[in-house]
Amino acid sequence: MAVPRELLAEHPLFVGLNDEVLSVTADCAVDVRAGADEIVFRTGDPADRCYLVLRGRIALDLVAEGGERLVVDTVDDGGVVGLAWLVPPYRWYLDARAVEPTSAIAVDAVRLRALWDQHPGLGYVMLRRLVAAMYERMQSARVRLLDVYGRHT
Amino acid sequence: MITGLERELRRADPMQPRAFTVRAVRRHTADTATLTLEAVDRVPLPFAPGQFTMIGRPGLAEVPISISGDPAEPGHLEQTVRSVGDATAALVAARPGDRLLVRGPYGTGWAVPDAVGGDLVIVAGGIGLAPLRPALLQILRRRAMYRRVVLVYGSRTPDQLLFRAQLDRWRELVDVTVTVDAATPGWRGSVGLVTGLLPAELDPGRTRALVCGPEVMMRLTAEAMMARGLGADRIEISMERDMKCGIGLCGHCQLRELFVCMDGPVLGYDRVRPLLTVRGL
Repeated sequence: MAVPRELLAEHPLFVGLNDEVLSVTADCAVDVRAGADEIVFRTGDPADRCYLVLRGRIALDLVAEGGERLVVDTVDDGGVVGLAWLVPPYRWYLDARAVEPTSAIAVDAVRLRALWDQHPGLGYVMLRRLVAAMYERMQSARVRLLDVYGRHT
Repeated sequence: MITGLERELRRADPMQPRAFTVRAVRRHTADTATLTLEAVDRVPLPFAPGQFTMIGRPGLAEVPISISGDPAEPGHLEQTVRSVGDATAALVAARPGDRLLVRGPYGTGWAVPDAVGGDLVIVAGGIGLAPLRPALLQILRRRAMYRRVVLVYGSRTPDQLLFRAQLDRWRELVDVTVTVDAATPGWRGSVGLVTGLLPAELDPGRTRALVCGPEVMMRLTAEAMMARGLGADRIEISMERDMKCGIGLCGHCQLRELFVCMDGPVLGYDRVRPLLTVRGL
């Protein structure tokens, strides 16, 4: 069942977009909830949904030697979980797990990609917004690689 | 016994250290501890949040360390030290009863009073929480005088977090978010840079930001807040340089025209922003 477009409009990725864009996107979205420690998706699963976090926290992790889970990143309120749905072969390369009770909008990525292909202007606007989110995440990852807290006295 | 005249002479000479006794040592991590000190002459050491002292063990070098205690309790000087060399290792290894030499306080403080009636975003990275703690404690004592107060604290790992028990208490009065660069098993907090946890929207005319941590982190945080509309003149950062004299004489801490020991360590981002990306400074 589609989500109300007002709900979609609350998410930073869709803030300020017109009703038409919100309506067509809301038509291919559902609201989802995950309890604490619930797996949202697993490594290797088809990346067929784009998750927009409304409230809560999702951890993105990888399984290492001995089954240890290494958390790469967390996504909180207003964030976008994963981007593998944008890039072939559209498979998740890590696990997503709710750290706490989390509500999100799950957008059907296959329909979303088709929609953006049909309406490149809309696709361009949305990709610019997603690139901004990706840029922020990349910047964060780069600075974390520097281990600045380890150097600071 | 120190006579009144001797006390006055010591006050008149900013290079004259005072003797302090270590009263308590709180170990946060393997290499970081907070020392609670009391002046041998029992004369309190009033300070403004953000100021630092030059402190050392007799016979070893002095180092600049920010005061991390409550400004309302100047009789108990708290200093949070991370061991990064001989002088700081000797401080971290201090035990109750040990004597230390202290000069100061020196430098500028956080403009906490200017934030009265408005919102405050406090962003700390690593040991940068220590110089911000006095500001936070002062704000907590007068909580009703401020609107929204947000603390975003980033650490390398969960076991490197400072003042862990206090973070939980502070949560009752201010919005506290903690994030780490690398999670350890069982960590349920955020993983990522502090910039990812800044409030999405700020009221630029009523918000002030206090930032302390590694320079890269402070710069990115300040820029992220400016991207949200906050003016550079409403953002303060605490600079760390090689302070030696503490009174603007030796020039070791000079950052172009600024003497970080006197003009800083707390500086307006509008003033220091152009200097932060200059190679070699």
